[in-house]
Amino acid sequence: MAYRVLVACKHAIDLSTVKIRIKPDKLGVVTQGVKMGIAYFDELAVEEALRLKEKGVASEVIAVSVGPADAQKTLRHALAMGADSAVHVNTGDVELAPLQVAKALREIVREVEPQLVLTGKQATDGDYSQTGQMLAGMLDWPQATQAAELNVENDSVKVVRETDAGLETISMNIPAVVTAGLRLNEARLVKMPNIMKAKKEEN
Amino acid sequence: KSQHNMLRLITRKKHRKTTKCTRFTPCRTYAAQHKETSAAKVSFMRSLYSGKFQESIDYVSPYPVDTALDAEQREHLEMVVDATDKFFATSNDPAANDKNSSVPEEVTEGLKDIGAFGLQVPEELEGVGLTNVGYARIVETIGKYGDLGLGIYLGAHQSIGFKGILLDGNEEQKKKYLPDVATGRKIAAFALTEPSSGSDANSIKTKAVLNEAGTHYVLNGSKIWISNGGIAEIFTVFAQTEVDDPKTGGKKDKVTAFIVERSFGGLTHGPPEDKMGIKASNTAEVFFNNCEVPVENVLGEVGSGFKVAMRILNNGRFGMGAALTGAMKASMQIAVDHASNRVQFLGNKIKSYGLIKEKIGNMALRIYATEAMTYMISTIMDSGKGDYELEAASLKVFASESAWYVCDESIQVLGGMGFMKELGLERILRDLRIFRIFEGTNDILQLFVALTALKSTGDGLKVLTDAMKNPVGNFGAISGFVGKKIGKSFGMYDKVNMKVHDSLTGEVAELEKMAMVFHTTCEGLLIKYKMGIKDQQQICKHLAICSTHIFATTSVLARATNSAEKQTHGYENELNMAKAFTTFAKDIFEQNVKLIKDTKVDENIANVADDIFKEGGYNVQSPLGF
Repeated sequence: MAYRVLVACKHAIDLSTVKIRIKPDKLGVVTQGVKMGIAYFDELAVEEALRLKEKGVASEVIAVSVGPADAQKTLRHALAMGADSAVHVNTGDVELAPLQVAKALREIVREVEPQLVLTGKQATDGDYSQTGQMLAGMLDWPQATQAAELNVENDSVKVVRETDAGLETISMNIPAVVTAGLRLNEARLVKMPNIMKAKKEEN
Repeated sequence: KSQHNMLRLITRKKHRKTTKCTRFTPCRTYAAQHKETSAAKVSFMRSLYSGKFQESIDYVSPYPVDTALDAEQREHLEMVVDATDKFFATSNDPAANDKNSSVPEEVTEGLKDIGAFGLQVPEELEGVGLTNVGYARIVETIGKYGDLGLGIYLGAHQSIGFKGILLDGNEEQKKKYLPDVATGRKIAAFALTEPSSGSDANSIKTKAVLNEAGTHYVLNGSKIWISNGGIAEIFTVFAQTEVDDPKTGGKKDKVTAFIVERSFGGLTHGPPEDKMGIKASNTAEVFFNNCEVPVENVLGEVGSGFKVAMRILNNGRFGMGAALTGAMKASMQIAVDHASNRVQFLGNKIKSYGLIKEKIGNMALRIYATEAMTYMISTIMDSGKGDYELEAASLKVFASESAWYVCDESIQVLGGMGFMKELGLERILRDLRIFRIFEGTNDILQLFVALTALKSTGDGLKVLTDAMKNPVGNFGAISGFVGKKIGKSFGMYDKVNMKVHDSLTGEVAELEKMAMVFHTTCEGLLIKYKMGIKDQQQICKHLAICSTHIFATTSVLARATNSAEKQTHGYENELNMAKAFTTFAKDIFEQNVKLIKDTKVDENIANVADDIFKEGGYNVQSPLGF
């Protein structure tokens, strides 16, 4: 049984940014002129999805991003890594909170019908750690967050989670939502021929 | 009578360029020449030297870099930068490369993966298709990670190694060679320097003789200090070829450029040189022993090799500005981090002390100016309009000297720790030293800048020499020349009309003063020395330093104005830097003008040197008498 995997990626402030600054109106963080890219843990989620594909567990990896026009860059990165296709929910200038992002993702899930939804545990700028959990709740799907290890066997998803109290192993039935933690994997380096291909793809 | 003529010319004041003077042939020739020169090859610095600051001010102001990339190019470049950044952050160990004097196999493979070998080769030929601005940005990233040895491995390969094919190659040559080098399947090298020919490139001795059948050139000779010499498959080689001499009707030697494959046979190399720095970069002698090169592999025209070489070197210089910008930023960051944490005396962080602030501030100025000039020059190159060889040469000198200063001062901020291998600054300093030497020594480049600019805008300096052969008969040309120059000194120069941020109007006034003084100084020198100016090396160096600092100041003011208008992050500090830099540049400018006007100091130093050379060493007795 080969699954369709949907990976939700946020176009967020790059981890290398020295200081994240709060906007003068206190309603968000400064993003103008700040380096943005795929959120660190979301990239790990893409990596995990690609590994599932390489193992033959997944047949298709679809990247989705709910964000402004620039989120295209994050999607192209996911494509360059090896994702099969990408969906951009263009929010323009509006900043969305996790609940709204989760609602948007729910619609995408209904359209794409994946068996597995992967995303990062939290994004570098918001650090909310809510979107994955809310999405699972709305879909009424099982969820495993802060994943350090992911295995799929016979329609069952086994996840080792990191919690403050230690490691916890959960088994879930698909469809399920998993959010990536730090030790899940190390994202692959993107190769130039793939960057060139991703550059040309129209969405 | 001659004095009378002079007076008439002076009072007439308006000696036009396109004079209808019919009596003196040299005048007409001069006018025709001048028209031709001024139509071709306009550049900011050439205009500066000819007192026409205004002529090409719009190359630099408003600061043109915003327009360098369209949205798609910008996005593509960002992705390439990200990929490069990530690679160097995770997969390369500069200290190990330095220790082992080599680049590991996995790193080379990784570099191939991110397209690092063919950044400027068109996509159709398997390259990444970046513009000069894009290339500068990538090279800055590489410099930022402090592996200049690896930077030279890549730079010698694409910035000069196969650049000639990109610039002057015909379609067949491009199709044949570019894909392999762009993907890193084959490495390239630039082979010009010989044991007895460094700065004097025209004096190379390697010979290329056309065989009887006219199918191949046979190469014999040797090259020294060739980066990638021991590992390259494709070489751009410069050799003397016999060409017809139109003047004598016989033959003479002129340099020709060739694309030479190691597989042609007869090409061997020596062991890797043991260097002070950039150890990861292979440097070796290359020997040609009856190496047969097909005539199809002549690069450009037979006999045009020197021009090809200069074009290649000229085209690659901005890359050094970019790499050095990255290296300087990295060095300064280490110093900033240390000063922000190190506590000494009364529990204070050392960043609160004046002597530390002085170092960091001065470092920042140099980085800011180098960066401003690098991106401006690469933008001008991409736009295709205007010449940039003088600016690129000035940038190379400024950047390499600034980088040495920044790294050296960073080591100072770190104290004893700065001296330790494990920190990495000492390696960067060792790596940086070569940047003042290769690709045109800073000394030669400064002479080049001064003399080329003076020559091309020296209003018929060549005509003047012709005229000087028969001063009486050609008095018209000389007096016309002199008259024009004197007329100019009487206040007829271009005013600087540069739009800057309100807070920088004082700085623009200073710039204008510098431009005016510079122009009158140049005139005075031409009148006094005429062609003899080329032997006044110390004066030429002072001129070059003056013009470099005018160029740098203009770039800085343009950049800061642009940032202030857009209110980019940190624009207030940019305005501060612009002010500080102008003062700094003005200081250096005034020092150098003083030394031009009063040559006593330079002369004394030259005399001291003469004495030492006469004696073959330091010839003064010890204070103790033994």
